[in-house]
Amino acid sequence: MLLRGLFNQSKEFQFFRFSDLLSYISLAAIGISIILFSVLGLNYGIDFRGGTMFMVSTSEPIEVSDIRDTLSTSQLGDISISRATNPLETLSAGAIANSDSIFIIKVEKTEGVNVETSVKSLLQNIVTNIKFLQIESVGSKVSSELVRNGMLAVFFAVVSVLIYIWLRFEWQFALGAVLALIHDVILTIGIFSVLRYEFNLSIIAALLTIIGYSLNDTVVVFDRVRENLRNFKSLPLLKVLNMSINNTFSRTIMTSVTTLLALFALYFLGGDVIRGFTFAMIWGVLVGTYSSIFVAAKILLLLNVKRNWDEKDSKAGTQF
Amino acid sequence: MPTLNFFRIFLITLICLVAFLFASPNFFYATVDKKLNDPTSSSSWPDFMPSTLVKLGLDLRGGVYMLLEVKTDDVIRDKFDFLWTDIRSSLIKKRKELGAIRRVDISGDKLQIQIGNPESVNLAIIEIEKFNSSSELFSSRWSGSVTRDVLEISSTDNVVTISFSEEQKKALEKQVIDQSLEIIRRRVDETGTREPTIQRQGRKRVLVQVPGLGSSEELIALLGKTAKLTFNEVVAMDTNSNFPTKLDETVVGSEQDKELFFLLKKRPVVSGENLTNAQPSFDENGLPAVSFNFNPSAALKFGNYTKENIGSPFAIVLDDVVISAPTIRSHIPGGSGIITGNFSVEESNRLAILLRSGALPAEIEVLELRTIGPELGRDSINAGKLAAVVGGVLVLVFMWLSYGLFGIFANIALILNIILVMALLSILGATLTLPGIAGIVLTIGMAVDANVLVFERIKEEIKRNSSVYNSIKTGYEKALSSIVDANVTTMIAAVILFFFGSGPIKGFSVTLGLGIITSVFTALLITRLFIDLYMLFYKPKFLRV
Repeated sequence: MLLRGLFNQSKEFQFFRFSDLLSYISLAAIGISIILFSVLGLNYGIDFRGGTMFMVSTSEPIEVSDIRDTLSTSQLGDISISRATNPLETLSAGAIANSDSIFIIKVEKTEGVNVETSVKSLLQNIVTNIKFLQIESVGSKVSSELVRNGMLAVFFAVVSVLIYIWLRFEWQFALGAVLALIHDVILTIGIFSVLRYEFNLSIIAALLTIIGYSLNDTVVVFDRVRENLRNFKSLPLLKVLNMSINNTFSRTIMTSVTTLLALFALYFLGGDVIRGFTFAMIWGVLVGTYSSIFVAAKILLLLNVKRNWDEKDSKAGTQF
Repeated sequence: MPTLNFFRIFLITLICLVAFLFASPNFFYATVDKKLNDPTSSSSWPDFMPSTLVKLGLDLRGGVYMLLEVKTDDVIRDKFDFLWTDIRSSLIKKRKELGAIRRVDISGDKLQIQIGNPESVNLAIIEIEKFNSSSELFSSRWSGSVTRDVLEISSTDNVVTISFSEEQKKALEKQVIDQSLEIIRRRVDETGTREPTIQRQGRKRVLVQVPGLGSSEELIALLGKTAKLTFNEVVAMDTNSNFPTKLDETVVGSEQDKELFFLLKKRPVVSGENLTNAQPSFDENGLPAVSFNFNPSAALKFGNYTKENIGSPFAIVLDDVVISAPTIRSHIPGGSGIITGNFSVEESNRLAILLRSGALPAEIEVLELRTIGPELGRDSINAGKLAAVVGGVLVLVFMWLSYGLFGIFANIALILNIILVMALLSILGATLTLPGIAGIVLTIGMAVDANVLVFERIKEEIKRNSSVYNSIKTGYEKALSSIVDANVTTMIAAVILFFFGSGPIKGFSVTLGLGIITSVFTALLITRLFIDLYMLFYKPKFLRV
């Protein structure tokens, strides 16, 4: 078989050789992400900042500036217009022709039917065969709730995971896993600040999935660390950690690759609507895989996890 | 050698068969959909097969999603306004003892009355207590809700505070919402759309989902109006709104003439609740109008009123605006009439619908409105399907290349896994959204994880020169702990997402969660079964994983 034995190397990688350097890089990346977030901010979608979004398509050759000129006469507040790539470039679904241009128009106001009707009639004046693919309007009351719920969801996810790992392992493991998660979440927010992908409800879902995935990876490594700590009581911690990462490395790569294969299919073929979401996941899988080795395990090393895993007196750590 | 547990094999086979049965309609969506919509049509889908389809979310089939908030506070404020007029007229009779009385509250969620003579506060309280048992407040619309005391009465110095108990407030809110739900349902049904969903959400909110509707304008026109219709006595009318207004009177603007104002009696002669029917029609000049009928008791009231007030105008008021104020020319005994105004045909149609469905007990506010055109939905489905198929094939090929025969075992498990997810979605009646499809695609990628964990362990055991049988046995045993931990943590994320997510995000958490459960099931039981069967029948001397 082609790939068989690809990861069957008997050679051990020295994962901790550059771990100090990588720690600094990780810390710097976190710092840069925080700076980027506070300077640039996120490109919040309608879900979080409130307002009305129109997704329209037309076969007529019009430009963003035409739409802006038409809409700026009405009292709609802040307007932003962008041209989207055709979500169906790769498909021949028929409803939206490949030559059609698609525009995404966001206005600040939401006042229900008034905004919708006035924008519709204004646009129909300049473009006769315009199609309204999607209209979303979120009032400020709901948008602030959505922001709150989104933050609560991420917070609860991190806390419940902290508790779960603490119960199943030791506090050092829980801390390592959670710091790795926070690392992943901050880096994702950082990249979203730079790339200006829209940050909406589905990105919160992606963040939570990243948390799930990154943990999945971390926990598999930790599981092996715990097992090896029991079996090799006299081996230095560094060696045990390195051995555990090597033991699980081919699994880490296998699962990352299969997940990425599925995600890339979704990224290129799944359409514009979920491209930001898929991007977040792809990024999350990459960062999550990195962090489970170089953040979570490194923290275990720094915290010097306890060695006497004597099953009788270990209160924590319910073994299966 | 592994021993075969026939009961286990039977159970696994049974589960897979049931899953096949329930998932199958989804693979012939168009055929089954046709049969469901039109049972008489000759559809090729056999009758003995289940025909429950996965419900498609609005983002996939197009439609309108609307989150409304019912302004229940307004209802409570109205109640206090009415109560104040009643209490005031009863306290005024005791003016000698009480001194001047004034309403001093500002917020409207309670009633505060200042009594001129602080020493007679108790007398005022005794008077007010009488209203506690008189069920005027609730009897007409809130029948059934009156349990003992509805009002909480307290006093500090010379101010009496009257409020509803928290329990009463909640009961009131619930009734307002229930009634709103009913009326919203009637109005949405009038649009003739297929299977709208109307459900209560949280304390004051209503979620309306109407699939297949291309624009929300009609829906908003229908739901945005309270449609509170009343027929009021006109005290005076003028182009100036500065009327000397008595407590039981109110100033209302006019629909037809922005310059004209009416002074009306607050208590209506009859109101829209008493209508038995309303139909669009035309008046004697051929202009669009709405004709209506009253129920017998209102017909009698209206008849008597018109008999006594021939020659004077009365006002037809819709949502606090006078839509017309005809002069009573003769006694109208039959309890039927016609409303004219500057209507277009559509407006008269709509008004008839609104009057027939009844007035909303409170105003509603549109908090969130999402309209997805059918084209976008269709394209999202196609894109999602394609991504799922391509992603799936890539994973299958990769697994086969990496693990050979064992990879094929894992692949069969993966395909069964997708079928199980589809079947569960159908059986649970869950809604599939675009993020839901993303969840399935992600599951495809992650479902192999449990198998990978096992296979890697088996490989390690083989390296240690364990026997073939022992490698497999130990591989499964040792991988279990990791599999459990890894999947529980992802499950935690899915569960949190389910509780905090709204709309499409919930759909994602459902498919992700179901995917986790089925992937553990397929990896631990189905792949294991294949491996055991392979071991039994081929008795391999060595394993290549």
